[in-house]
Amino acid sequence: MRKTGRSPLRRSLLYVALLAITATFLLPLIWMLSTSLKTERQVIEAPTAVLPEPITDIPQQIRDNYLGVNDEQGEVEVRGVLNDPVIDFPLYLRNTLVVAILSVTGMVLSSAFVAYGFSRVRWRGRGLLFGVVLATMMIPFPVIMGPMFILFRELGWIGSLKPLWVPAWFASAYNVFLLRQFFMSIPRELDEAATVDGCTHLGVFWRIILPNAKPALAVVALFHFMFVWNDFLGPLIFLVERDDFTLALGLQLYQAQAGEVPWNLLMAASTLVMGPVLLAFLLAQRTFVEGLSTTGLKE
Amino acid sequence: MSAAGARRLREFRAPDWAVGLAFVSPWIVGFVVFLALPIGMSLYYSLTDYSMLEEPVWVGLDNYTALASDSVFWKSVWNTVFFAALSLPITTVVAIVLAALLASKPRGTGWFRAAIFVPSLVPMVASAMVWMWLLNAELGLINRILQPILDALGAAVGGNLLAPNWLEDKAWVMPALVLTTVWSVGHSVVIYGAALEEVPKALYEAAELDGVGPVRKLTSVTLPMISPVILFNVIVGAIGAWQVFVMPYIMLGSSGGPDRAGYFYTMYLYDKAFPFGEMGYASAMAWIQLLIVMAFTGVIFLSSKKLVHYRGA
Repeated sequence: MRKTGRSPLRRSLLYVALLAITATFLLPLIWMLSTSLKTERQVIEAPTAVLPEPITDIPQQIRDNYLGVNDEQGEVEVRGVLNDPVIDFPLYLRNTLVVAILSVTGMVLSSAFVAYGFSRVRWRGRGLLFGVVLATMMIPFPVIMGPMFILFRELGWIGSLKPLWVPAWFASAYNVFLLRQFFMSIPRELDEAATVDGCTHLGVFWRIILPNAKPALAVVALFHFMFVWNDFLGPLIFLVERDDFTLALGLQLYQAQAGEVPWNLLMAASTLVMGPVLLAFLLAQRTFVEGLSTTGLKE
Repeated sequence: MSAAGARRLREFRAPDWAVGLAFVSPWIVGFVVFLALPIGMSLYYSLTDYSMLEEPVWVGLDNYTALASDSVFWKSVWNTVFFAALSLPITTVVAIVLAALLASKPRGTGWFRAAIFVPSLVPMVASAMVWMWLLNAELGLINRILQPILDALGAAVGGNLLAPNWLEDKAWVMPALVLTTVWSVGHSVVIYGAALEEVPKALYEAAELDGVGPVRKLTSVTLPMISPVILFNVIVGAIGAWQVFVMPYIMLGSSGGPDRAGYFYTMYLYDKAFPFGEMGYASAMAWIQLLIVMAFTGVIFLSSKKLVHYRGA
């Protein structure tokens, strides 16, 4: 497998194949972007054109489709995604960010805290309890979503964003597992030196483990952020007020509302929802790939 | 507090079991409140008739016996199993082939890998929107490309070939969903890529010394060496199939498209629990799902205790 492409012919065949494959994978995204830059008429009359005609219209199409135009009274003149009179995307972005910040902070802190207890403190029953952690890793959300709703209703959380972020403060089995693996690779000499200097477990956790575990914490934060941003079923069940909606739910509402949304606007909205995720990937590509491969496969 | 008292307090060290329990206590609380309790509640509800507006009424095993003769339930089970049987082999082969192509490390590997990986990051709701547009029967890009090819083919054989109405023809709903799944295979490509890196080079060198060809190298070295990863991924995928919801719910509507051809297990569970408010019935479905998932998880535990990988949050 390693040394294919020794002959020039094989190497160029490999390139052609890879180029064709990558183009195919990117095509849907290019198509989304392209459609979002067209007028409604162009979408129907020239559905296979890649760019709007004339190309110089692009800035105006961005303004019309993405931002929309309001007149001086603040009434909608040109309906775009962000000034839609019914679907309040800026508000849904705010809600999503609130959930993301609270949820990611809670997940990283609580999972690291618990992982410390499973890796740095020796106590009876630790192995047994960690076995329970492992066993719960695969339990799917749909199994518990019904009773969760009833539970949150009893707690008075339905009608707020709490169901989406409070549970994140109680760690997740998967992240505890991941961080425990990483913590065990941090040399114990560091803790011992700190303990001799009078550090308690809390001190070791805060001053030694957390700073040394930054790459793993970044992986947990990044993947949990992605989870929050993408989550649809949770918000669908737990959010009842339209003012509490997240972007994922808002996008579906946008598409499903009475009166068909033109494809160019739907693609502009999809681009907006997708944008931050792609940006996160560009900025943290290595964290993504290492999080998936290196941290994972090894013991 | 006296100086001696303060010193005693500073020197007091809690026993390790107390420290350990204190550290893991957030997980214990979360486990009890957000996992064990809901699972217990759902077991109880599954034995009751519960509309969520009135108190649950005990009905014994009625929900389970009703499920056995519920044709919609069986339809959703069949769709879920069929989807898994269709998509898992395809995505596994595609992912391994792509990982192998990238493993030869041609110049620009980083770019190729990024391009293949990015679609798997796209939020599912947005991805559903994009695919609805691509698969649109009349204006969608796919049929716009496909129809001229089919026209040419049709002219050659003297027939009239029509591109599929992907989302409105019950025969094409599943292939359409599988297509969207293949698109987001990047996740697995990275995992298989890491697995391929782990295969000891010495094995390939030994095989080359023995004059073994590339096919034999694949079947005798590569595949056996990465088989635990394949097994793990296929089982995780099989568990995932029981949770498929977003793509069909959005692309096909809440009833799963024509003749419920894309109506999955979790969609029916959701429908029963929330829009229909039959929490007892939904809980019975949840427990069946839990048992299925536990069986799959058991296979993972038995087959390999050493193997682990990052599944996402």
